[in-house]
Amino acid sequence: MADKVALILFSGTMDKLMAGSIIASGAVANGMEVDIFVTFWALLQLKKTGVPKPTLSPEAGDMSKQIMKIMQEKKVPSWLDTIRNLKDIGTVNLYGCAMFADLLGLKKEDLDPIVKEVIGVSQFVDMAKDSKMTLFL
Amino acid sequence: MEEIKPTRVIDARGSFCPGPLMEMIKAYKQGKVGDVISIYSTDTGTKKDAPEWIKKSGNELIGVYDRKGYFEIVMRKTK
Repeated sequence: MADKVALILFSGTMDKLMAGSIIASGAVANGMEVDIFVTFWALLQLKKTGVPKPTLSPEAGDMSKQIMKIMQEKKVPSWLDTIRNLKDIGTVNLYGCAMFADLLGLKKEDLDPIVKEVIGVSQFVDMAKDSKMTLFL
Repeated sequence: MEEIKPTRVIDARGSFCPGPLMEMIKAYKQGKVGDVISIYSTDTGTKKDAPEWIKKSGNELIGVYDRKGYFEIVMRKTK
């Protein structure tokens, strides 16, 4: 069985989501499978409609506008496109957090089709316990 | 030495880490044993990551070449 990496995407800021997608790429490059649990503000970014406008973490401060502009100019792919591309190379599974989805009345159908399933924390922790590495972003 | 002609050339110039590496791996997965894959990149992370990946995955690193304003990494799929 392939080694696994478990990621918890919590923050919905673009920089942290990108960090997650880049780490997932590194894992896939190393022949590892990736299970991603998406919750809270990150889950909002997976809604089909009414997605909050992506921003950078508050620590970007005054640089925020400039960095966003540079990323646009240099055509940096979105975190979600990076994940989509990974599916051609390896195994990446995205799971929506049932707790936060329930709180907002979101169903699997309300989320991007890349979401494999909406699952509870216990099921995810069960996946994570067999992983070589678990990160919370 | 006779120059080795690549089976496939990937121009990933302007793409950032880990983009070029992932493009290379994709081409590797789609290719067949014996294929020579060449990748152009301007990303410094790739210059280190890609040769490392080629060696670790048990394939052949033919070379890393400095070109004008970019570099080229050439590998042969051996497995």
